[in-house]
Amino acid sequence: MQHTATQDTLVGLFVAAGIAGLFFLALQVSNLSSFGDKDTYTVTASFESSGGLKVKSAVSAAGVKIGKVTDIRFDPKTYQSVVSMAIETKYNTLPEDTTASIFTAGLLGEQYVNLEPGGSEDVLKNGSKIDITQSAIILEKVIGQFLFKSAEEKAQGDKKE
Amino acid sequence: MQFFQRLGASTRTSFTKLGRATYFLLQTLSGILSVLPRPRLLMNQLFSVGVLSFLIITISGLFVGMVLGLQGFYILSDFGAEESLGIMVAASLVRELGPVVTALLFAGRAGSALTAEIGLMKATEQLSGMEMMAIDPIRRIISPRFLAGFISMPLLASLFSAIGIIGGQLVGTGLLGVDDGAYWSQMQNQIDFYDDIINGVIKSIIFGFVTSWIALFEGYDAIPTSEGVSRATTRTVVNSAFSILGLDFILTALMFGDD
Repeated sequence: MQHTATQDTLVGLFVAAGIAGLFFLALQVSNLSSFGDKDTYTVTASFESSGGLKVKSAVSAAGVKIGKVTDIRFDPKTYQSVVSMAIETKYNTLPEDTTASIFTAGLLGEQYVNLEPGGSEDVLKNGSKIDITQSAIILEKVIGQFLFKSAEEKAQGDKKE
Repeated sequence: MQFFQRLGASTRTSFTKLGRATYFLLQTLSGILSVLPRPRLLMNQLFSVGVLSFLIITISGLFVGMVLGLQGFYILSDFGAEESLGIMVAASLVRELGPVVTALLFAGRAGSALTAEIGLMKATEQLSGMEMMAIDPIRRIISPRFLAGFISMPLLASLFSAIGIIGGQLVGTGLLGVDDGAYWSQMQNQIDFYDDIINGVIKSIIFGFVTSWIALFEGYDAIPTSEGVSRATTRTVVNSAFSILGLDFILTALMFGDD
């Protein structure tokens, strides 16, 4: 049965192509490959303001993604935003005095947490807290300050004349 | 008075049709178990439903992806955000266009063929002939076709999305000069496997179910004349398109509502 064999081959190719398409979507298009079930440890950091940071935002060091934000909560005692981050276990040499800052990727981009290693001998462990933090820059505030400042300068300039 | 009479009559016929369709679906589903011991029946149908739709799906996927690449680039470059082209192409394909366009093409390519085939079988009394020989036409004819449509749809939709994303990349990075690394990395950062891709696959499975059901039922329920079969074929395409687009709205609202 030549005909049946060809048909079987074609059906097989079709199913294989469909599954290959799904695998392509899973591995190349989505974040499945970058963060599967990799081992992570959790550290927290308190920020004055976490701005537009979201759960699943990236945590990076020197521009390389090393983890992601798992939880953002408001602490009713300190009035700060407590951000929990899961960092891959293979990056377990971050010093204890690492600085965590919230940056924006590009002008309109996503916000992410940037970790800048300090010089301490002790390293961050599961459950550690990062003490040195720098809050998100809120664009409205910056623009407000800028406008206020330029208005003030103008007023002073007018006085001198 | 006559208006109300007609309204009542059309309500009654649409309800009886809905009832017949549900009964037909239950019979088809219960017939699926008896398909499994005869994989040859399923293979034949996978060939005519899946393999023969392969070409139209891949070519349309490529072109849809390329058009998305072009249009996305023109819109995003106004905001200086060309790097986000990848995420735009991938999200629109994986979430919406992949499942929906594949289902519409599938209804036009495979659904209409199924209706015409079964309608003609009914018109030429092949189905009653089978019953005379104590062969259940639902188990022998309908269930394998239903299962084939149900299996092919998610495969075709995944293929459509994958090829579309490659098409978008060809245009975006090859023609328009978007950075290749940015195209993929933005996509990988933003597209979630469970929220986006699995939901897209679930959508296409539901569309496959509905489209195959409509196509087979319209064929099985067709008036056994040439005109009846032609009307049934038209109804398959129209009803499938309505159900796909309506269901898509509901599914999107349910799946992507939270974020």
